[in-house]
Amino acid sequence: MAMAIETPKPGFRLGMLIYDTRFRAITIQIIVLILFLLFVAWLADNTRHNLALKGKDIDFSFLWRRAGYDIGQHLIPYSNDSTHGAAAIVGLLNTLVVAVLGCVFSTALGVVFGVLRLSKNWIVARLMTVYIEMFRNVPLLLWIILVYVILGETMPTTQDYKKSFALVADGKEPTTSMLFDNSVAVTNQSINLPAPQLARSLGSLDLGVISLNLTFLAIVAVIIASYLVNRRLRAQARMVQEATGVRPPTWWKSPLILILPIALVLWLCGLNFSFPEFGKFNFSGGISIPHPFTALMVALSLYYAAVTAEIVRSGIQAINRGQSEAAYALGLRPGRTMNLVILPQALRVIIPPMISQWLSLTKDTSLGIAVSYLDLRGTLGGITLNQTGRELECMLLMMLIYLIISLIISSVANAYNASVKLKER
Amino acid sequence: MSDAFARAAMLPPQAPPVSERGAVKWVRENLFSGWLNSILTLLAVLVLYYLVTLSAPWVLHGVWNASSLTECRSIIAANHGPDAIGACWAVIHARWYQFIFGFYPFEAWWRPILDFGLMFVAMAPILFADNPRKAIIMVGAVSVLTVLALLPLGLPIWAVGLAVVLMAGLSYLSYTATAKLLWVVALYPFLSVWLLWGGPVWGMVMAMAGFGVIALVYRLLSPRLGLVMGTALGIVAAGIWWLFLAGQLAGALQSILPFGLPYVESDRFGGFLLAFVIGVSSISISLPIGILLALGRQSTMFLIRTLSVGFIEFVRGVPLITMLFTASLLLQYFLPPGNNFDLILRVVILVTLFSAAYNAEVVRGGLAALPRGQYEAADALGLDYWQSQRLIIMPQALKVSIPGIVSTFIGLFKDTTLVAFVGLLDPLLGVTKIVRADLAWKGVYWEPYIFVGAIFFVACFGMSRYSMYLEQKLKTDHV
Repeated sequence: MAMAIETPKPGFRLGMLIYDTRFRAITIQIIVLILFLLFVAWLADNTRHNLALKGKDIDFSFLWRRAGYDIGQHLIPYSNDSTHGAAAIVGLLNTLVVAVLGCVFSTALGVVFGVLRLSKNWIVARLMTVYIEMFRNVPLLLWIILVYVILGETMPTTQDYKKSFALVADGKEPTTSMLFDNSVAVTNQSINLPAPQLARSLGSLDLGVISLNLTFLAIVAVIIASYLVNRRLRAQARMVQEATGVRPPTWWKSPLILILPIALVLWLCGLNFSFPEFGKFNFSGGISIPHPFTALMVALSLYYAAVTAEIVRSGIQAINRGQSEAAYALGLRPGRTMNLVILPQALRVIIPPMISQWLSLTKDTSLGIAVSYLDLRGTLGGITLNQTGRELECMLLMMLIYLIISLIISSVANAYNASVKLKER
Repeated sequence: MSDAFARAAMLPPQAPPVSERGAVKWVRENLFSGWLNSILTLLAVLVLYYLVTLSAPWVLHGVWNASSLTECRSIIAANHGPDAIGACWAVIHARWYQFIFGFYPFEAWWRPILDFGLMFVAMAPILFADNPRKAIIMVGAVSVLTVLALLPLGLPIWAVGLAVVLMAGLSYLSYTATAKLLWVVALYPFLSVWLLWGGPVWGMVMAMAGFGVIALVYRLLSPRLGLVMGTALGIVAAGIWWLFLAGQLAGALQSILPFGLPYVESDRFGGFLLAFVIGVSSISISLPIGILLALGRQSTMFLIRTLSVGFIEFVRGVPLITMLFTASLLLQYFLPPGNNFDLILRVVILVTLFSAAYNAEVVRGGLAALPRGQYEAADALGLDYWQSQRLIIMPQALKVSIPGIVSTFIGLFKDTTLVAFVGLLDPLLGVTKIVRADLAWKGVYWEPYIFVGAIFFVACFGMSRYSMYLEQKLKTDHV
């Protein structure tokens, strides 16, 4: 008769803290915790000492003091009388504008380039390969600076547009003239474009704290409404198609629904364009897009388009050949095969690396420092930091804001990724 | 049965129609297979034509020998007419050394060159771990190139002879015992720091001896106290050695046997030399840290996992530029009062932490790609955690993540240009700014950027091709 072996019941020995796997995890964690706390305390103590030596303290009240510097590109009202905090928000918005536009342009271009890179057309595929390799293997900074320097050094100065009295007297024209029927002027400072403006507005609704621009709201409402109607139309068309096998034509209704209402609203409000005109010294009217913004935008879009193109290419190539062959066997044309069979499947492969590309693009907007673009780093981490001398506060705040932006982007994108992911059971 | 109607011999196959063979077929299939393709082809040809007509005269009219931009322009105007455009490569010809070495003194140029050569010798056994033939070829080629690069420097004949002997010895070593080259890998970091910054040789030797102390203590104590305690005590002993003994001993030895290289200050480093110093040191230090972080992230211990995830996500969430500003502005607050150490070292520390987080994610991908069975098999064999990591998990996980690590390195190498913003002389912004600020070369913009871009392109393209080669080679599945 086998007897259950009497397990020895030794008392707790000190060695068990290291050699017994039950206790070792706890021992290690406690040691790590102690070391970590010691490290943090050491850093904090050093910081305290260093701050005391310089006669500084940690104080964020500078955010409410007058900034005293101008920011050329501001999306919310800002003047040099505004606070440092307002400057930081203006900078943050500038960062976000570049990030969002950069993501949109680079993704759109990248998808097109990635598909073209796989084109059967020999010359187009080669051209795309050269473009992609050229942009991917050279620092982004070089492209930003190159675009900026070329715009700044090859474009005419503002004075070249001037119709001075001497020229008029001689019956000559200025050395440079504006492009596209006097509507676009490119100088070595900025690109001046016609600006859309409304002659009549619906006024604004004052809510005490904030005032709402009714025209803007109306336009947004019309756009959303026409989008919803269009979606309903397509859903109905699909229902009819599934019931009868014949899809009612929507190709002319869709654009009509999408475009006509908004065009009507804009016409009612009296949409017109203000063209840039050369005044005494500089251009007035229109929108002036400064070159730092253009350089950052162009370089970021082109560089990340190349990166995106590679992601798209590998995503498409990851799809089994059998899928496209099956689609051809069903009689789908190449375009529809791409749209209905390949891309939806490739998207699952493409989206995760794409998320990290959007993240890096957002972080790389901080390279605007090379062309003095006043983004978050330029305002909070640049001029404000230098003026107030509060390195610790500015840097910590700036890092925190970048961190929050990154976490928001990655959580939103991951949620989207989860929604398109293959549902496995 | 009559065979009157049967053909005795097969008809020879007819040639395909003209449109279905040769160049015509190729053009039809590859360039004009449909209306969309035809339009694309025409557009591409237009773009190419535009690019070529725009840039060809500029490149062809290039001037290599001139002392200033105005001289360049006058030469071009004299040769090709007043309206001709042309590149002024003379700026590269006159200033190439600044793009490569920054302000590193001319008489010490042999040090970075030798260091660069030794780097490839040290990398050969790692790059071609399973193909000694390629490693030998690489060491041989690098040796020849290094000696050739040293020749035009006007070094004394004995110094060149010494270099020849050194490189020949390494080549011979690689030929006879390729595995022994791994010793060069171990020695290289110390040798490299000493070669680049100079100073007495004994400091380097004593720093190296610290690792000898770790090995010695581990050997003596681990049979009695176990692996973990042995390593921990070894590290403590080495810490004591470095902090208290190494400096004095090095000083004593220096007074007996004075031997060393003249110091080169950090602010004289610049150009691609700086990019390589920061890139290579950061990536090589960050790789082990990244592996530890990846393991920490997979750990079952809550605290370790939380700390690892927190570090990785924080670093990956902020731009590199803020890390660099931390190096230049904030590190002085976090370290003991009165510290004021080298800016390059500070930047290397922060860039190392930065790339460690990225490497951790790459290695984590490799770990995640391993089937669960590998872990279970290692446990079933009775291996403990570190043994199973060392013998089973890491060799496979690292193999999968090598392409990712290489692409992290490519990204990091390109990002070394950002150090210009904290006042270091990177090749792109720092040096180019200095060159363009020179009165003689004011107004030159395409040429320096093309030159710097071309070097970056060659380096990064080469690395990405190597990573593709690895990917092909490491593919062990049969798809």
